[in-house]
Amino acid sequence: MTKGLDKTKMARQFTEAIPHAKALGMTFTHLADGVAEMQLPYDERFIGDPETGVMHGGAVYALLDTCCGAAVMSHPANPGATATIGLRVDYMRAATPGQAIRTRAECYHLTRSVAFVRATALDDDDDRPVATATGTFTVEGT
Amino acid sequence: MARRRPEPVQVVKQRRDAALRALVHGVPYIQYLGIEFDRRGDELTAVLSFDEQLIGNPLLPALHGGVTAAFLEVTAVIGLSWATLWEEIESGQLDPEQLIGGQLPRLPKTIDFTVDYLRSGLPRDAYARAQVNRSGRRYASVHVEAWQDNKHRAFAQATGHFLMPARDG
Repeated sequence: MTKGLDKTKMARQFTEAIPHAKALGMTFTHLADGVAEMQLPYDERFIGDPETGVMHGGAVYALLDTCCGAAVMSHPANPGATATIGLRVDYMRAATPGQAIRTRAECYHLTRSVAFVRATALDDDDDRPVATATGTFTVEGT
Repeated sequence: MARRRPEPVQVVKQRRDAALRALVHGVPYIQYLGIEFDRRGDELTAVLSFDEQLIGNPLLPALHGGVTAAFLEVTAVIGLSWATLWEEIESGQLDPEQLIGGQLPRLPKTIDFTVDYLRSGLPRDAYARAQVNRSGRRYASVHVEAWQDNKHRAFAQATGHFLMPARDG
């Protein structure tokens, strides 16, 4: 129990100290036991299509990657830091301009060397995801 | 019949560079990350200038995986768009003045993007080139590689599928 709390605290502190996460304005809404939820407010600087004002896929990717990494670090059985090995993102639809992006990542399996994660990105519409991701991450230090 | 005199080099360069600048500078997120494109003929190299805000692991330090992915995706989209627009730019069918005026051609939309992180991105400039492996009327497949000091030691590579913008005619 305390171990889980320590992991969560460490994962939160580490993630909140990431310069690029701070620069984009990513924040946690939930973090515990291998599950992370984060959000990224809409910002005109992140626009990928100037005609429609739709956010760039790269910004959504960055949020998904960060959220997945935090989920791995918060997993009770993970001994330490992590790095992305591979991450695939499927873009299902354009995010609605003006709305924040919310992501939920779950570290659903962990071996001694690899963590497996899946994640979903939403805007204000809970029923139609903007993007989904699946990734593998390193498990470091034993 | 005599061959048409080739256009003066400045005219050709001016037209190509204006088209490229309009394409790249029209997207706010590309500007936010500070990505520029270096052009040699029709070959593009994307350049990501290092900035502290691009760090993802302050302990190492290393570039953020999301920055690397965004850099690769921007390189793929611009590379793909450039390849399809090239003929129109060359023939003068596409007017750079129109582009500068904000009438950007529709960019391809990313369907999926898979990044392979080969080694950590160092806190310095990064470069990337896209290779269009297949470009059809509706779909395209693009491979991208990014490197820093040594071209033959890529720090990340990616493959993505794209939905091509609807073309007139």
